[in-house]
Amino acid sequence: MRSGVTIFPGSNCDRDIIVALKKITGKAPIKMWHKDIEFPNLDLIVIPGGFSFGDYLRCGALAARSPVIQNIKNHISRGGAVLGICNGFQILIEAGILPGSLIRNKKLLFTCRDTKLEIQDTIVSPFLSGLKKELHLNIPVAHNEGNFFASETLLNELKNDGRIAFKYIKEINNDIDYNPNGSSNDIAGILSKNGRVLGMMPHPERAINNIHGGTDGLKFLTKSFEQIIG
Amino acid sequence: MKVIVNISLKEGVLDPEGQAIKTSLSNLGFENLNDVRTGKQIILNFKNLEENEAVLETKKMCEDLLVNTVIEKYKINILRD
Repeated sequence: MRSGVTIFPGSNCDRDIIVALKKITGKAPIKMWHKDIEFPNLDLIVIPGGFSFGDYLRCGALAARSPVIQNIKNHISRGGAVLGICNGFQILIEAGILPGSLIRNKKLLFTCRDTKLEIQDTIVSPFLSGLKKELHLNIPVAHNEGNFFASETLLNELKNDGRIAFKYIKEINNDIDYNPNGSSNDIAGILSKNGRVLGMMPHPERAINNIHGGTDGLKFLTKSFEQIIG
Repeated sequence: MKVIVNISLKEGVLDPEGQAIKTSLSNLGFENLNDVRTGKQIILNFKNLEENEAVLETKKMCEDLLVNTVIEKYKINILRD
């Protein structure tokens, strides 16, 4: 699989996802500096987490107007797959590639912990089609602005079109803090209309080794990559 | 010439920071508040430009970058010396 990882000033999960990509595919991704515009054709572009441009103005706002974004849009129009993780999800929304908005966490706290994710019934998507629906994933989040906000109309549209990828679910019945940020309808990740762009707040690259406390991220990424190269 | 852009969250968008400020104000005895909303201000110092041109350009800046129109609204004011 030919893959690339974008790097902005302030990206800080780029190395983690590069390690994950190498571990799973056996091939190192190319690094895509935010000012560069020419890249070879790729199967997958990952926009990693971090604090691009120091979260100035709004999270992801400045990164979403960087030169590399046009390349990502071209890649998408060719049918290429894109995975935006955390700040990467914020950037995809700011670039107008995914809809809605990610606002401040409801409790005003930076939340860094494991979350339990339920896989939703979605349109055909390389990121989800290989996963069994009954499988729950334990994947950590680490963010301050992950509260997915959208109009009722958009929320209904996302649901009816099968574009909600993951929801946070309760670990135990009386778990009142299962949703780490107060997101509408417990949404943790959404898909583009063609299913080939996924934005998610949880960090799969932080759950690929037993020393991370779990390997559900490895499971998710491995299945995704298998589907992407088809 | 300076142009001031005031950005605030649209009605109906959760403003947890505003809520936290309201709670703190209430703890200090300020009880006459229905609601507290927060926002930000951006001051643009233009080179020599006609006022109406500066306003038009500011509007474009707001739509292109400064404001997330999904959740935010803005007001443009001109600061005359």
